[in-house]
Amino acid sequence: MSKPDKRKNRVLEVKFVADEDVLQHISENAGPKVQKKKVPPVIDVKRWVKETEGNSSEETQDAFEQQDYVSVLGTGIKGGSNVFAFRTPKNSKKMAEMASELANKSGKNVKHVISKKAEKRESSPKSTKKPPASSKGQVEGKKNEVSKTVYGFRKRIAALNRCSDSESDYSSSDSEKDSDDNREATVDEALQPDTPNQTMISASDQPAGKKPKKGISSNLVEEYFEAHSSSKVITSDRTLQKLQRGKLDQETLQNILNKVPIAFAAEREELNKQHESLFYKWMLQLHLGFNIVLYGLGSKKNLLENFRTSLLQDSVHLVVNGFFPSITVKSILNSITEEVLDHTGTFRSPQDQLDWIVKRFKEDPSSELYLLIHNLDSQMLRGDRSQQILGQLASLPSVYLIATIDHINAPLMWDQAKQSLYNWLWYETTTYSPYVEETSYENSMLIKQSGSLALSSLTHVLHSLTPNARGIFRLLVQYQLENKDNPSYPGLPFQDFYQQCREAFLVNSDLTLRAQLTEFRDHKLIRTKRGADGVEYLLIPVDTGTLMDFLEKDSEV
Amino acid sequence: MSTCSVSKGCFVFKPESKKRKLSSPADYFCEGNNDSEDSELRFNTCQLLWKRIKSETEQLQEDFNKKLFDNLIRFLRQSHSNFWPPIILGVNVTDHDLTFKSLSEALQEDVTPFVVSLRSKECPGIKHLLQKLMAQLMDCHTDADSSEEGECSKAFPNRMHCSASSLTEWYRNITKDVKKKDTDTPCKNQEILSRHWEPPPVVVIFKDMESFTTKVLQDFIIIISQCIHEFPLVLIFGIATSPMIIHKLLPHSVSSLLCIELFQSLSCKDHLSTVIDKLLLTSHFPFKLGEKVLQVLINIFLYHDFSVQNFIKGFQLSLLEHFYSQPLSVLCCDLEESMKRVKFLSHSQCENIRRLPSFRRFVESQASKKQTDLLTDDASLKEETKALLQNLHTYHENYVLILRCLHTFTSSLPNYPLGKQIRELHCACLEKKVWETEEYESAIQLVRMLAKEELIANLKKCVEIITSSSAKCLGSCTEKLEEYLGQFKNLEAAADDQEETASSLKEIQKKTDLYRLQKTLLEMKESRRLKKLTKFEMLRFEVVDFIDSLVRSYLAPPEMQTLYEVMYFSVASTVCEHLNAAPRVAIHTALNNPYFYLKNEALESDTGCISNTAPDICIAYKLHLECGRLINLVDWLEAFSTVVTAADQNSTEKDQMEEIIHTRFIRAVSELEFLGFIKPTKQKTDHVARLTWGSC
Repeated sequence: MSKPDKRKNRVLEVKFVADEDVLQHISENAGPKVQKKKVPPVIDVKRWVKETEGNSSEETQDAFEQQDYVSVLGTGIKGGSNVFAFRTPKNSKKMAEMASELANKSGKNVKHVISKKAEKRESSPKSTKKPPASSKGQVEGKKNEVSKTVYGFRKRIAALNRCSDSESDYSSSDSEKDSDDNREATVDEALQPDTPNQTMISASDQPAGKKPKKGISSNLVEEYFEAHSSSKVITSDRTLQKLQRGKLDQETLQNILNKVPIAFAAEREELNKQHESLFYKWMLQLHLGFNIVLYGLGSKKNLLENFRTSLLQDSVHLVVNGFFPSITVKSILNSITEEVLDHTGTFRSPQDQLDWIVKRFKEDPSSELYLLIHNLDSQMLRGDRSQQILGQLASLPSVYLIATIDHINAPLMWDQAKQSLYNWLWYETTTYSPYVEETSYENSMLIKQSGSLALSSLTHVLHSLTPNARGIFRLLVQYQLENKDNPSYPGLPFQDFYQQCREAFLVNSDLTLRAQLTEFRDHKLIRTKRGADGVEYLLIPVDTGTLMDFLEKDSEV
Repeated sequence: MSTCSVSKGCFVFKPESKKRKLSSPADYFCEGNNDSEDSELRFNTCQLLWKRIKSETEQLQEDFNKKLFDNLIRFLRQSHSNFWPPIILGVNVTDHDLTFKSLSEALQEDVTPFVVSLRSKECPGIKHLLQKLMAQLMDCHTDADSSEEGECSKAFPNRMHCSASSLTEWYRNITKDVKKKDTDTPCKNQEILSRHWEPPPVVVIFKDMESFTTKVLQDFIIIISQCIHEFPLVLIFGIATSPMIIHKLLPHSVSSLLCIELFQSLSCKDHLSTVIDKLLLTSHFPFKLGEKVLQVLINIFLYHDFSVQNFIKGFQLSLLEHFYSQPLSVLCCDLEESMKRVKFLSHSQCENIRRLPSFRRFVESQASKKQTDLLTDDASLKEETKALLQNLHTYHENYVLILRCLHTFTSSLPNYPLGKQIRELHCACLEKKVWETEEYESAIQLVRMLAKEELIANLKKCVEIITSSSAKCLGSCTEKLEEYLGQFKNLEAAADDQEETASSLKEIQKKTDLYRLQKTLLEMKESRRLKKLTKFEMLRFEVVDFIDSLVRSYLAPPEMQTLYEVMYFSVASTVCEHLNAAPRVAIHTALNNPYFYLKNEALESDTGCISNTAPDICIAYKLHLECGRLINLVDWLEAFSTVVTAADQNSTEKDQMEEIIHTRFIRAVSELEFLGFIKPTKQKTDHVARLTWGSC
């Protein structure tokens, strides 16, 4: 682009922050968060690539250097180049061009975008929702702003997808020329430097109503800092409670989900079959000294279970549910020593226990143990020491380990030393199966799980106590509920509590109250903590909803 | 028994019958291959080959260590006092564990039973360090001794009081013990004494000096220097960076207590070069790595871990994959053996040979009569295969030699157009016809300008290389090279024709005017350009052309050889996938582009968007990408239900539908949380925090 052009654009940018524009956004887009826009058909990648190639040689040089590495290591990996290239800024001009291209085309699929222009809205007949409340206008306006950065984002994903396609071509058919070009281009594109000038141009290329101010930051790295720059994040204030749909508990959730037909059952079956064909290979590699780690989206529990039932019936094996909330390395080691090796006795430390196990396996080379760990990366096992011990266990020649990982950052658990202990062979087993069991223990914020469990334990414990003790507890509950709106409520001071109990004729001395409280504390019904002034505060670590339910139930009885 | 429970996380399964069938890896190999195509033979060949390779690499490692250890032990003998040799190992943790292990074994064998190795992780404080030290000393003592004392010294570490004085006491007791027992059971202890020195020094190995806290090290050295008069002590430090670190970590007052000697181990890069040299650049092992696989392995080494062990592991994996996936790998063995095996090839194997691309190419180049023979008659095919295998073998023999010759020329060129290391040259040759590359062109240009001495030296080296091998086919080549060498010698004897230029130079020095000077200079320049080449230059061109012709005839890439598929493993993607996986990329792809995995028409969509019929988690993921740092769950749910309801219009009951969508959303969100994309936050009610940015 020529210079005068740029200048013109800069002027445009200054002009832009006009009230009317903001107003326009508010009035037009106070609508629902999601509206549907039709999806464009295939973009002419080739043409696009050509455009990108005409860039300054310096950049391409840079790109080549990285590509050299990426292309070699990335041959098998889908989209590897893009992920590795994230540090370098990209050419937002091309991005924006494509974004506008995307915006102007339509296809059959639904795309969830906050559309910014009225005509676009008209062209999407499926826009269903009415604006929830006019007071939300401000909020929605801000949302639009946020979503603008998303354009670049979406672009990037587009690039990633394209890249992954070409990569797969590459590995299967070896039609090198074509796919090489493609990949080169994607890498190039990912590495284009982002200059403000270009961005401004791109802003002007976009249809009116776009905010160039946002365009500057469409770069990915900056996006992160942008999101974290201000401590205030503006989102809508709506809460789930206003939806008038109560929280579901785990059981009903499962029941409902069981009714939902499984999507893409045939395709999943196909995937599973592919993975199952590898079973013998896994066994072979396990026996040759490797350990196997499975990764990829979807629960791999059933897959491993199949593996277990089809091949391990005749051998000693240990299944570990890593996602189990109270699993520890110690319990794994205990199962090995007590149940596998039939040893009664205790050990001073896990390291000691491990040494003993190592010795036992070395003494008896014919003994074998298959170790299947679901979710090696679970909260409980991801610690350094746990991994070290499991790694040492896995490095034994007669212990065969198959593990699964799911967390996106799971490989960060292992440093070089641990990796060499594990001696992994990685297998991608994407199954798309829902993580039913893995998430069932989890206290998801949407599931009213802890509530029901806590409530039933509360009532059970209190049933076994004396009426006086129940009265004491009820007093505490009531006091806590009175203070439920106070966010910095420290708890009930012990002396005040004693006074109240005395007044209600529940206790006659400081000591009896303390004895009762010990009972509660043992059942984890209350928590005490000392305030800054040395006063002891009593608190029930249960949320208000449950407490209210409890009071209701209690008064019924 | 099921493996899901709310009270238990570990489930042990033991087979009921005691006499369980023991399946060997070979069975799995056959099963996995559906027992086809000589799989058992293939597996055995594979194992045999692997054993050979393994012992070769271990031998190599041992040789390296031996040199280092010998030096160290020799030094120990000479100065029999407190000293402190650091070993420079370079940045790499994993391989060095092995080195240290064999070092302590070697020391235990020859020098002393008292060897202690410490890692920084185990010793956060001086107390831990001393405890660890004592515990290990006790243990190694019992090891060296017999089991009679085992009981008491095993119990000892429990109530151990660790200090320098207890250490000296212990040492005194031990040595006394040995002497006392010497009289009791002379035969047994004589053996110990002959092996170890008198008095045996205590050796403490610090595996990773840089990671120890300075204070711990300082304290330890000061404490230990107190009891130096009681017993001989040696400290060995593993250093990853440079010897300067000693002075950075320790103040002068401490380091002056020590007598320092430096030993340097082989760098891991050199180690790798030797390993490649021994494994790949030899006709010893029939199995070869293709260009891409080798490149992947080298890149993992250079960019990720510097670990030779991992390189060998990758090599093992490639070996296994090759034998597992290529039915014809049964022929991938030594030449004589493969000749035998060709005879017993089944019909289907013959068909496999016919299917090989390189073989089809070969057939097409034959006369039509022979073509039909090869394609229909198994016997003639086998005969031909034998000949081809023989060819392949000679190709390998020659290839290695010529590669080395070429390397002697190119390794000293400025800027190293073809790489400094022979492995780079090897990769270049494997990739394509090396003589068609620009790098080769420029390298040859540079070789054409080599000085006489260098050229002769290189030629001599080449002759050595070729004569040192047992290959006979390059005999004529040696003769030719010898001949060139002889000619160079003759040149030296013959008088030069340099005088001509000298005389013209003299002419300039004569008195003359400016115009004439200019003219003579121009003339000289002209004449120099047109000047005939000297004899030496002629000969040099000839030699270089000869080398070039050698390269062209012997360094053709393996893809051009018929039946190369039998020996070469070139599926780089598998190796990369299994060794250098990118789990995150897989998850991203699965979420962004479900069609990649689920080949369903409904999912086939344009790049960047996904259809509304995609799995719930993909939709939820897509929606969350549109948000900022915090995500309002209600908005998210609403967006989700908009998308999902659009997917199936024929919804039966609205209320029930909503409930189902709600549950589906809950599941998708908790799965995203499980995968680590979001986490619950207390900043605002019903909000979650986003954890990923960009595609990272």
